[in-house]
This record gives sequence, C-alpha cells and structure tokens, in this order.
Amino acid sequence: MNLRGVGVSPGVGHGPSYVLSVSVPEPPEGAAYAGEAEQEKERAMTALTQVAGELEARGNRAGGEAEEILKAQALMAEDPGVVVKVRSLIDRGLAAPRAVFEAFTKYRDVLAGSGGYLGERAADLNDIRDRVIAVLYGQAMPALPASPAEPYVLVARDLAPADTALLSRAQVAAFVTEEGGPTSHTAILARAMGVPAVVACPGAIGIPHGVRVMVDGTSGEVSVEPAQAHVAEAVGVASARQAALSAARGPGRTADGQPVPLYANVGSPADLDAALAAEAEGVGLYRTEFLYLDRTRPPSPEEQRRAYRQALEAFPGGKICVRTLDSGADKPLAFLPVPAEPNPALGERGLRLFRRYPEVMAAQLDALAAVAEEGLQVMAPMVATTQDAAWFVRACRDRGLPSAGVMIEIPAAALRARDLLAHADFVSVGTNDLSQYAFAADRQLGAVSALQDPWQPALLDLVAMTAQAATRAGKPCAVCGEAAADPVMACVLAGLGVGSLSMAPSSLAAVRAGLAAHSLDQCRTAARAAQAQPTAADARAAARAHLPGLARLGL
Amino acid sequence: MGERKVTVAAEVGLHARPAATFVQRAKQAPMEITVAKPNGEGPVNGKSILAVMALDVRQGETVVISAEGEGSEEVLDELAAIAAAP
Repeated sequence: MNLRGVGVSPGVGHGPSYVLSVSVPEPPEGAAYAGEAEQEKERAMTALTQVAGELEARGNRAGGEAEEILKAQALMAEDPGVVVKVRSLIDRGLAAPRAVFEAFTKYRDVLAGSGGYLGERAADLNDIRDRVIAVLYGQAMPALPASPAEPYVLVARDLAPADTALLSRAQVAAFVTEEGGPTSHTAILARAMGVPAVVACPGAIGIPHGVRVMVDGTSGEVSVEPAQAHVAEAVGVASARQAALSAARGPGRTADGQPVPLYANVGSPADLDAALAAEAEGVGLYRTEFLYLDRTRPPSPEEQRRAYRQALEAFPGGKICVRTLDSGADKPLAFLPVPAEPNPALGERGLRLFRRYPEVMAAQLDALAAVAEEGLQVMAPMVATTQDAAWFVRACRDRGLPSAGVMIEIPAAALRARDLLAHADFVSVGTNDLSQYAFAADRQLGAVSALQDPWQPALLDLVAMTAQAATRAGKPCAVCGEAAADPVMACVLAGLGVGSLSMAPSSLAAVRAGLAAHSLDQCRTAARAAQAQPTAADARAAARAHLPGLARLGL
Repeated sequence: MGERKVTVAAEVGLHARPAATFVQRAKQAPMEITVAKPNGEGPVNGKSILAVMALDVRQGETVVISAEGEGSEEVLDELAAIAAAP
C-alpha cells in the first residue's frame, strides 16, 4: 500500500509504525452536573491549571523551539477569555467537561475562520481542550514509548507539540500525519530534529499498528510494508543523492562553466532564510500577494517598503525580481472587488486588475522605487499583448525603476515575445500558467492534470521561442515556474537558451548538481532531442538519454 | 488613561513568541491592559493570548496599548518595548 502526502522534512526514514490514536470523547451536549455550581467551576479551573502546568513543565524539559510553543499553549489553557466562558457555561447548568468543550470550540472556530497560520493554531486548541477534558474524566493521555528497540514511524491524525516536544531521533524514524500543513508544528519540529516528515497524507491513520513503513520526506511518499529490497534501495539512493547534492556548491553553471544563475522563488520574507540556506544567488520570483491577502485595506507604503528592503538586504548585490500583485477572481481581495466571473483564470487577473485599480499599481511601484537599487527587477504577471507590456514598462520607467520586465504566461505573449521585448528589459516564463493557457487545461482540475506536464512538446516550443526572441534582443530570459525545479528539465531549459532559473529553495541543490554535471553542448543536444519528440513522455526520455550525469547523481 | 502607540516589528507579527511574551508580562500587571488597532478593531484583553492572536496584528501594523492606574506607565513602557521588538 502506498500513500502520498506533502513532504515537509526531507530524507527517507523507515521503521515499525506507532499509531497514536488519542480519542477523547466529546462530552454529551447539554450534560449537566449534580452538585454546586461553585464546586463544578473549581473542578474546571483545577483541570485548566493542571494542563497549563503540564504544558509548561514539558516545555521546560524540551527547551528550544518546543519550549516557546508549549509556553504559549500553557497561556492558552488558562486564557482569561476561556475561563470566563467556562464559568458562565457552568452557571447556565453545563457540566465542567461540556463547558470546557464549548468554550475552546468557540475560540477554535474564530481562529480556524482566519485560515493560514491562525488556522493551524486551531489544532493546538483542540489538543489543549482534549487534555483538559481527559483530566476531568480521569483519563490518562497516551504516552509514547520512550526507548523503543528500533526507532518508529509515528503516525497520527495530527500531532500536538505536547506529543512531539520530548521526542528524539533515537525514538522516531519519521512522522506521518493525516492533517497539518507545511507550517504545522509537526513540520517545524521535524525539520528542527532532522527527521523526515510527511503531512496532509490522506489514509495515514488507516495504517495498522506495528507494520513496517517507509517515509520519503522529500517526495511525500509513504510506503506501507515495502519490500526489503525497495527499502535498501531507497535508503541507498537517498544517502547517495544527499552526498552528491551537498558536493555541488557555489553559483549555478554548466560543467564547462556557462553561468546559469539559480534563484529562489519566495512567497514572503519568512522564506528568505530558506533561500539563503540553499545558497540561492538571489530571488527570481518574489510573490507579493502575502502583503495583500487577508486584508481589508491595501498594505501601507512603509509596510511594502520594509518587505522589499528585507529581500534586497538578504542578498546584497544580488538580484531580486519582484512580481507585482497577482490577484484575481480566484483569489479575490476585499479591497479590490471584481465582479463574479464564470472563468476566473481567464478574467481580470494580474496586470489586468491594475487596469481597473491603477492606484494600487501606482502605490506598489512607488514603494518599489523608494527602495530601488541596482539589483532590483520588477515584473508584471498576466501580460498578453505589446500594449500591456508597454503600459507597465512605462509606469516603471516613470518612477526610475532600474529594470522592468514581463512574465510570459500567455501563449500570445510567447508568440510575440520579440514585440514585448522591444519594451521590456527581460522576460520570465511562468511555466505553470503557460501550460494552463496553452493546453486549455485548468490547473486546479485533476482530470486534466496530464496536460499540465512541462514536458509537453508544445510547451517546450513556446519556451524555446521566447528564449530565442530574448537572445536576438540581447535581453535575459528566465524561467520561474515549477519546471525549473526538475533537474532534467533545468538542463533542457539551459539548452533552449534560458539564462537563469528560479525555483523553490528545496529544489536548488538538485538543479545545481544536475547542471554542473553537463556541458552546455550536452544540454543543447538534450533540448533538441526533447523538442523532436511527439509526446511528453518521449520528450523526457529523450532528454534523459542525453544527460548521463543525472543517473550518477541519483536524480 | 495611559496609552502607547507602537508599530509591531517582529516578522511573525503579534503572534507566536512575541504574543506569548507580551501576554506573560501583561498578566503580571495588576490593572487591566487592552490592545486595539487604530482602525477601531478591538480593544481586546491584553492578558488573553487568544484575544491578542485573534486581533491578528501583522508585521508593520500599529497597535494601541492602554492601561490605567498606579504603575501603569512603567507596565506600558515594557509592553510597548515587547511589541516593538524585532
């Protein structure tokens, strides 16, 4: 049996499964108590205090990041808002366990409604609530085996910091959770421990207790009862790959020294650390949506300037390519209303939205101009025509921005890259949207996902056409889509004439190693071979056949 | 009533560690402490980590911290320093 989730802490781990099933029953609705209200309140308060004390004590023992998380949770257990709510529910006749349940559920719903970081904190409240109820019922919370004969793969619906804080690598080979996201505590602590982890893995809690499980925290694959040979191979490949990847250092270049700068895609200032740690040479795609999402008003100029300056300071002298706000009917913003659209992907997205709200573009470009230095590039998403490009580039020039470019995401823009480049200083290909629009296949739709394959020969043609136009114009062409993160494709893109690549920081090492193992000529030959094929699968196979260094690297 | 207006500098906003440190300090104070956004959101109880988190103060946003009574100026100075710390 194989399951798949989201790999959030890299590496391969295997061992017997330990399925943590904490089930604290929901106290029945309307449950009442027999004695005095004051006594019932006292019982509830004692339980809240006890849980807060336990969380704090575990934090003190764990130290580090876990200590901070657990101390914050201890504060939540004794939160005055919760205390008042519990007391008033008991006054209204509810028994302590039910009152605790309802009080925490109320706050959890508030946090869950906010989504994102706050949404993930909602799981913390469930855990605290269950611990308090367990105390009230006199039920013991399960304890994890402290010194197992062999490290186990810890499987759970979701893990609370209180569960994981005191674990070590001697106990746990890997984590698998049914829920959680990349910023869940499981992910954070697993990375800090250096233990592979897969979260958001449907079916995980169906894994039987005690069976052997192998977890690939890079690919997100979870194999239940894998063949022994398969385990040996995966562990061998993972360690060989790790060794090969960590050997490739420095700026991106081919074996014969052709520079192919490798940049990071960054979604918020918090990602800059990961980009630096992965030795990115700069930021090839700085998404700015984080400044605008979940807001009722646009971000202030100071806030914008601070966020842009942070990136420039993280890479002194390096390139930072900022993409202006890419929003639309599929991710609407409260302060930029767009009428409902039957096809949001084809609607007022990206630069088109700036036509409706030019003041938002003006504010963003002003903030960028205020912090501009040599390495700053600014580019617009969803550019379809030469007029679009000219309009945006003019707005940047008027403010003295040093470099203004456009994204190539719409086939019309790729076909006419030459005309766009008459205005723009550079182009950057967004392969995901370019696929979506070239193949008329919705990115969100699983049924047509095969068409989202960057190896589709038609997509390779569009990228090649764009790169050629840029070469003739003497201007740079970058690729900042998912495609750049695949080391095989990265070589092909270099062979097609793409000058720089930008990707998730976690992919940089593999791409750097892949490029360093081949000459520019090999990359060109592989690119030609791929373009000559009629199908995506053939294109990939043909490219691989000309890139022998990848297999040596275990890629 | 004493007030401090501060811009939150921490990358995570008034969440996680900054929120916990803030609430821990506020809880030691004898008087009521409130936190509000200048746009009118709040005020919320500064001793409630859940209320402070739900106010959802992001990096670069300004908050108004208020307290009244003996020693409140000192408490406000400390809380303002916590909220403004990077």
